[in-house]
Amino acid sequence: MSSEPDWRPSATFDALRLRAKLLARIRRFFDSRGVLEVETPILGHATVTDPYIHSLRAGSLFLQTSPEYAMKRLLAAGSGPIFQICKAFRAEESGSRHNPEFTLLEWYRPGFDHHDLMDEVDLLIKEVVGSEDAERVTYEAVFQHHVGANPHWADAEELERAGRACGVSVQASSDVSRQDWLNLLMAQVIEPHLGESAPTFVYDYPADLAALARIRPGDPPVAERFELYFRGTELANGYHELTDAREQRERFTRDIEIRRELGYDEVEPDPRLLSALEEGMPASAGVALGVDRLVMVAAFARTLGDVLSFPHDRA
Amino acid sequence: MAESYNANQFRSGLKVLVDGDPCVMLDVEFVKPGKGQAFTRVKYRNLNTGRVNEKTFKSGETVAGADVVDTVMQYLYGDGEFWHFMDPNSYEQYQAGEGAMADAAKWLKEEAECQVTLYNNAIIQVTPPMFVELKVVETEPGIRGDTAGTGGKTASLETGAVVRVPLFVNEGDVLKLDTRTAEYVGRVKE
Repeated sequence: MSSEPDWRPSATFDALRLRAKLLARIRRFFDSRGVLEVETPILGHATVTDPYIHSLRAGSLFLQTSPEYAMKRLLAAGSGPIFQICKAFRAEESGSRHNPEFTLLEWYRPGFDHHDLMDEVDLLIKEVVGSEDAERVTYEAVFQHHVGANPHWADAEELERAGRACGVSVQASSDVSRQDWLNLLMAQVIEPHLGESAPTFVYDYPADLAALARIRPGDPPVAERFELYFRGTELANGYHELTDAREQRERFTRDIEIRRELGYDEVEPDPRLLSALEEGMPASAGVALGVDRLVMVAAFARTLGDVLSFPHDRA
Repeated sequence: MAESYNANQFRSGLKVLVDGDPCVMLDVEFVKPGKGQAFTRVKYRNLNTGRVNEKTFKSGETVAGADVVDTVMQYLYGDGEFWHFMDPNSYEQYQAGEGAMADAAKWLKEEAECQVTLYNNAIIQVTPPMFVELKVVETEPGIRGDTAGTGGKTASLETGAVVRVPLFVNEGDVLKLDTRTAEYVGRVKE
């Protein structure tokens, strides 16, 4: 480790120039496709209910963990296709690939499903960083291949066994749930292998990892969700969006119950998002892409600190 | 009793008890899928066995700190079974077995100052000084003029270590060596 003074930026100016260039290309891409750039509040009265996303508070308000809810309200109000590049904030997330304050590119496409949106993400990445055509693989196939278990049916015990066979041993005094195991094995065992030569989309998630994606009935039912991986790093998460207000309300309630069981801060569901969904949000697909991580992989850098002017510990 | 640490306080260099053994964390990585539970993946060295392992801790987990102390001691002598050290402040003497000595034994001359790791007041690890100066006791005769140090040969040192040295080195020469890499650094002028 160098002992250079911490008032200095941790990124090189080359990395900062690369960031500026990528941002300009992103804006050009959307401009040429008639997608409107919008801004929504960074400070909001409500926040997400996701059990594992922790919001930072500013007075009685919340720093937004993503612009998702506000952008969905714009869609419901008839905005048409929109994108946004903004700062988002998540407490307690700090590491080589996490910074509590980060830059998100988020966009929504009315009339698209998750496959249409993957097509567009692929085009964007090719245009912005000059990558090869992306590959597409189902969550089930990639999980079977690397972990040797079926992600739709395996229970926590079976996943724990499969994890041990892959060299993952977990110390937890409380239960590690099936969903926790799926997420952990994805991050620890599978992710490092994904997108080595070309960006890779993983799609059709187990229904219990739906988050805000629509669930397609079937045997098994699957969540119309995808993630994009490039050079061993998760870059984006997208959904064929849930637009059903009643189901959204149920998922909020479930999240809040989980938060309560885990002893996390209580949060209220966002009433304005629910009103917008009740009014009717057009069927859409949406995706959030981590811009800092995109710059990181484009620069072949190893940590976010290599591409952020001042990461958390120098902020 | 040493204090305990929460997963979000983990950092490399932290000494903790894992499955009852004192361990030092070598590498700590925050693992968090976008929507999922956070974990902390730790690569650590077991200070009793020297083995490196990996373990993933759920966020919120705590581990007990290991009452491990690093201190500098003077090497006194070896009796064939144990190596004896003295704390220069308290004059207290400690002994280290073969397991704790590992590779350190072959670099130590009497009075050498070593980094010693104590767990429950017993030596579990000895790190020799980074650089030592030792006399060559056996090697092929030196080739005069080969000061470029190309090629090389082996030399046995007074403490038992065997290292690669340049061809011009002679028996009786005192050499400076890097104990981390077991490499020859230079000849010491008497």
